[in-house]
Amino acid sequence: MALIECRKLSRIYYRGTEEIKPLDEVDLDIQAGQFVALMGPSGSGKTTLLNLLAGIDRPTSGTLTIDGQGIHELSRSRLAAWRSEHVGYIFQLYNLIPVLTAYENVELPLLLHPLSSNERHQKVSAALDVVGISDRHAHYPRQLSGGQEQRVAIARAIVTEPTILLADEPTGDLDRDSATSVMNLLETLNKEHGRTIVMVTHDAKTTKWADTVLHLEKGRLVEEEVVS
Amino acid sequence: MSSVVRVVPLVLKQLLRSPARSLLTISGIAVAMFLFGVVESMRDGVKAATVATAEDTTLVVYRENRYCPFSSNLPQFYGDRIERIEGVAEVVPMQIMVNNCRASLDVVTYRGIPSETLEGALDDGWTIQDGSIAQWRTRGDAALVGEALASRRGVSVGDRFTAAGVSVFVAGIVESDAPQDRNVAYVHLPFLQESIRRGGTGATVTQFNVKVNDPLKMDEVASAIDTAFRHDEHPTSTRSEKAFVGRAARDIIEIVGFASWLGWGALATVFALVANAIVLAMRDRIRDHAVLQTLGFTGKLIGFMVLLEGAILGLIGGGIGAFAAWAFTKIGRFSMTMEGLNIEISSDPNVLFVGIILALLLGLLAGIVPAWRVSQREIAHSFRAV
Repeated sequence: MALIECRKLSRIYYRGTEEIKPLDEVDLDIQAGQFVALMGPSGSGKTTLLNLLAGIDRPTSGTLTIDGQGIHELSRSRLAAWRSEHVGYIFQLYNLIPVLTAYENVELPLLLHPLSSNERHQKVSAALDVVGISDRHAHYPRQLSGGQEQRVAIARAIVTEPTILLADEPTGDLDRDSATSVMNLLETLNKEHGRTIVMVTHDAKTTKWADTVLHLEKGRLVEEEVVS
Repeated sequence: MSSVVRVVPLVLKQLLRSPARSLLTISGIAVAMFLFGVVESMRDGVKAATVATAEDTTLVVYRENRYCPFSSNLPQFYGDRIERIEGVAEVVPMQIMVNNCRASLDVVTYRGIPSETLEGALDDGWTIQDGSIAQWRTRGDAALVGEALASRRGVSVGDRFTAAGVSVFVAGIVESDAPQDRNVAYVHLPFLQESIRRGGTGATVTQFNVKVNDPLKMDEVASAIDTAFRHDEHPTSTRSEKAFVGRAARDIIEIVGFASWLGWGALATVFALVANAIVLAMRDRIRDHAVLQTLGFTGKLIGFMVLLEGAILGLIGGGIGAFAAWAFTKIGRFSMTMEGLNIEISSDPNVLFVGIILALLLGLLAGIVPAWRVSQREIAHSFRAV
């Protein structure tokens, strides 16, 4: 059984009377431990699919099952609890909380878990070590470079040891060196730590780190490419 | 420990690390609550001075149709006739002299009384804070000064001070539960009469303070006194002491009543300040809240954080403002005096507690709508909005 199963997954928006269908009956299986890149032109439905997988948006129709749990049938509050346990989300623009230090940003998701401050400290320190940014733990986001901010964001995404890591163009706002560094880090998390990663990207160069590339167009999966 | 408790430090960090916004909001709330506290203190003072209680036993006999100590002159021998009226326990003739007959925050009121009636003239619940009654009795120009007046004028035992052309020696400082006794100087009646005699008024007094045996018979005794002197050259008007203060100080009471609108305005300001701060913060944090929701924070938990922020702002600002108002009235020892009667601006700690609780409630109230709106936001919609 696949870790992620999408069956006839659709999302429809309405702008006035106009119907917009960014995702149209997508069938998709992603196995545990896979590193999947979602590619496609703007408006192809990549981010919509990622948001559905993250449980931050709801499908209009179809089913979405992750690790045996039907995400489409969860209530709002149970979905939030499910996200805190199973999803690590990496944003293109990092989205760190500006008034919190790197350490406090990474600690945020753990506030929802019944852990002592000592246990939280151990987990945050370990996550910062993994992304190689322990020495910057007391810095505020404004004191960090883009690459460093994204590393903190990745640490925040992995600190709860989620079932899946979802990344929305994680290198979209970075220079080449920082982008390479972040992609190497994601590869490490996938290969060495066994994380299942689904990444949206515009940049074909970043797909070489993935083992599968899915191409979307007009809300439909049009090609699945296995990277050798 | 639930996540509700674990996010409290997060809210505090958000407040502490946005110092300009927090300080401006807290300062505004503090100023508004200070105003509210002072107005409430004035209202409390008026209430204490004018609202009758079941324990009241003092009547004031004044010259009919006179409203100022300068124009109320009653023959001193009236005291003997009043003493014979049924229900009267004690009569104290009193000469009042003030340095200012108008409403003012710093009026010195002399009460001239026969030395043997001192204990009866003072309301219950008095003690000598410094000096002694014996020293007062041995000196003709001695004064027993109420603690509030002494504090306001900065005088202590052994000092001399002059007001309205009358110079007295401070023989003792009186501490009392009664606002009138805290704000006047008791001097010997002959001494004060002599000081006033320049106008040639002879053995007259301004008023008689009459103690009755039974609080339930206050009206009856008052009526009997006025009936006894109705056809005399100097007809009297007798009221309970608090009704007397209420009549004499009605201008002040009206002003204080009007000022109570300022108090309500101050509370509305607190509400508006917290609501404004919260709404602006929510607008700035749409993305942050969407991120928190993505991490698994529920809408309710984020709503709680918003409410908590409003409550903390209200609590800190309200606490500072209410404490400042309490300290201001406590240290200042202000009293509003009119026609020689004092209405103290109270420094009751209740005003402090009421102020803090109201500011806390207003902070919570101001956060309710923003908190509810935040709790209902869809994550994807929030990300699209920034």
